[in-house]
Amino acid sequence: MDLEMFFEQLINGLTLGSTYSLIALGYTMVYGILELINFAHSEIYMVGAFVGLAMVTVYKLPFAVALVAGMLGSCLLGIIIEKAAYKPLRKANRIAPLISAIGVSIFLQNAALMIAGPQARSFPSGLNIRTLSVGSVHISTLQLLILVISIVLMVGLQFLIQNTKLGQAMRATAQDKEVAQLMGIKIDSIITFTFAIGSALGGAAGVLVGVYFDSVDPTMGFFPGLKGFVAAVLGGIGNIPGAMLGGLILGLVEMIGAVYMSRYKDAIAFAVLIIILLVKPTGLLGRNVQEKV
Amino acid sequence: MINSILAVSLNLITGYTGQLSLGHATFMGLGAYAATLFTLKLHFPFLAALIAGALVAAFFGFIIGVPTLRLKGDYLAIATLGFGEITKNILMNLKITGGPMGLRGIPKVTNVYIAAVALFLVIFSLNRIMNSRVGKSFIAIREDELAAEAMGINTTQFKILAFIIGAFYAGLAGGLYAFLFRYINPKDFGFMKSIEILCMVVLGGMGNTYGAVLGAFIITILPELLRSVSPVIAQYRMVFYGLLLVIMMIVRPQGIMSAQALEKKKYKSSLEKGGL
Amino acid sequence: MEILEGHDLTMVFGGLAALTSVDIKIEEGEILSVIGPNGAGKTTLFNLLTGVYSPTSGKIYFKKKEIKNLKPYQITKLGIARTFQNIRLFGEMSVLDNVIIGQHCRTKTGIFGAILRTPSVKKEEASVNEKAMDILKFVGLEKVYNEKAKNLPYGKQRRLEMARALATDPELILLDEPAAGMNPFETNELIELIGKINEMGKTILLIEHDMKLVMGISKRIMVLDYGKKIADGPPEEIKNDERVIKAYLGESSRREGRAC
Repeated sequence: MDLEMFFEQLINGLTLGSTYSLIALGYTMVYGILELINFAHSEIYMVGAFVGLAMVTVYKLPFAVALVAGMLGSCLLGIIIEKAAYKPLRKANRIAPLISAIGVSIFLQNAALMIAGPQARSFPSGLNIRTLSVGSVHISTLQLLILVISIVLMVGLQFLIQNTKLGQAMRATAQDKEVAQLMGIKIDSIITFTFAIGSALGGAAGVLVGVYFDSVDPTMGFFPGLKGFVAAVLGGIGNIPGAMLGGLILGLVEMIGAVYMSRYKDAIAFAVLIIILLVKPTGLLGRNVQEKV
Repeated sequence: MINSILAVSLNLITGYTGQLSLGHATFMGLGAYAATLFTLKLHFPFLAALIAGALVAAFFGFIIGVPTLRLKGDYLAIATLGFGEITKNILMNLKITGGPMGLRGIPKVTNVYIAAVALFLVIFSLNRIMNSRVGKSFIAIREDELAAEAMGINTTQFKILAFIIGAFYAGLAGGLYAFLFRYINPKDFGFMKSIEILCMVVLGGMGNTYGAVLGAFIITILPELLRSVSPVIAQYRMVFYGLLLVIMMIVRPQGIMSAQALEKKKYKSSLEKGGL
Repeated sequence: MEILEGHDLTMVFGGLAALTSVDIKIEEGEILSVIGPNGAGKTTLFNLLTGVYSPTSGKIYFKKKEIKNLKPYQITKLGIARTFQNIRLFGEMSVLDNVIIGQHCRTKTGIFGAILRTPSVKKEEASVNEKAMDILKFVGLEKVYNEKAKNLPYGKQRRLEMARALATDPELILLDEPAAGMNPFETNELIELIGKINEMGKTILLIEHDMKLVMGISKRIMVLDYGKKIADGPPEEIKNDERVIKAYLGESSRREGRAC
């Protein structure tokens, strides 16, 4: 692999990885607070892409509006799912909410299939996309845009969580729900808020990926969803900077791996996951918790 | 009935031993491919191919179980999911497995009687295991792993054993599947199938063999039933299927025939008889 | 003769020393109590002796055999059993099955034996059942053998934990606060039971806060404070030991709220 190609793959990997990070954040935030793998997250992502697409194609709105609308749509959907499918199960065993999440996922995917049909649609962004060339390295402005938007969103999230009262309440709830409640935190609204934020980020990822690959379809959520989750585990699930890092690493590994053995692209991602889990089961940035006896 | 075997075998791992697996279809797939290849390439007779397929699945249960079962809870679930996707990816790309096209030309041998006999044998042997020292150790691990270890149970070894037995049965089911549909491809044994099997177990009630059978029948028949009720519903049947899963969990999160609910009944009836 | 010896045991959790070079010796057949304020490192000591944790440094010998790097199940097999401070029964299993599980490492039915149910397997099962019932009678739980463990009242759960530990056929039993949460009547019953177990020839190591129990049955008492051993001797000596009194009653406000 020559240097130019390496750089191109690096940028490809970072672009892809930053969208994985956005998806991973949704998983990790929900897991951090409810210890639930939100399988419906991949469909939230897909719906976000569709909402964005509708804005651009049906209402002829500019891309920025589509992005925001996609985020709002996903955000709303996330809240509805939480209220309808998870909240009634908060006291149940660990597996019931998981199945419920899978049910929501199947429901949404098939509802989308019904409404939009199985064919993939192209996503005209209406943006003026050029290719920048540095020497013989080619980078599209779209990639840069995706990277910048992802980073802005992630920095914003980090600020929200570290520096606001709301973020403090979220961290407290994630640590210990009961104690947080005793401290006067309304944990129900915090959980709803967590879903809202995580879903909005997922929706943003949906719109960005839709534009990047110029394709949106009802089953588009499945693999990015899985990989977003892998990224979350990779970085240490429940850990927000971990999810960002995990996403970027996964994107890079996949793109660089793809050069050598493209047919095994998906397997590489999971192989990395398993190796990490075995070496450091709590993920790259996860803390080691020893079971108390 | 093949689905019942799958559900029963996962119930051993998840319901009884408490180890959440999201890659159970992998073992089914390995069993199916192995049984098929033994027949097509080595001309094994049906029964021998079936058992050989199950043994191959069990062997992979061991291979996958040894590293992953050190992990707990959701991490284990993800690792099994990962192995499932890797296996699928490899099956997609190997020549001998026919790649994404899969394998065809498998003789049709499985019928309803053979499947019934297989299901009976699986349930019979599983019941015996569960009533023995081995089965009780599985449940002890589910209830409290640390206490189980303090009782002298080599928990890692027994978890792997549960995985191997579960994989063996799943491989058997895979073989039966191959000889029924005569055509297999990697997509049949992906993540969605694993989830489907898990849904059967949870729907029927974790930790109850007959619950798993019931769950399998409901999940297998439900989409077909919805199709036959009316053509309108037929179009939307997968949508309803998803909705029903959610509603089921909210109404009865412990499953239809949960171990708890049944125990209570048994205990009550023994009280009524003046037992104890 | 010493049945168990721990030399210079130190356990550090993430920079915090829970135990600092503690020596412990248990004579065969004796009842030794470990006392100390909350957080003194008593349960950590138990976890080291039973293989739940591996000590940061130090050595542990059981009947002259080094057991420091053994896993809990291997240590149980050698003949050390334990109960847990926060009861850890197999809640969904019957009382009888809990005790049967205790006999796990003394039995050997495997997977094929279970499926085929050979005569030897049936024989083993019958003897396991019989022995389990005997143990339940011994601790006075034979009437509730068919109940689920989680449905038992608290005091009975504690006794079931002891029955389960006995079922592993140990030479040394470690009891972690067996009287916690018991009323005086139940505590008296417990003292009697511990005495009976000791008479069977089993060595007992006890963590306990209930001073009546500790002073009543211990042959020797060891006191831990801040992860260090501050006293070791017969009950009368410990009662009057200045350092022990200090540790418990506090010399100044720095120990406020930590007294037992």
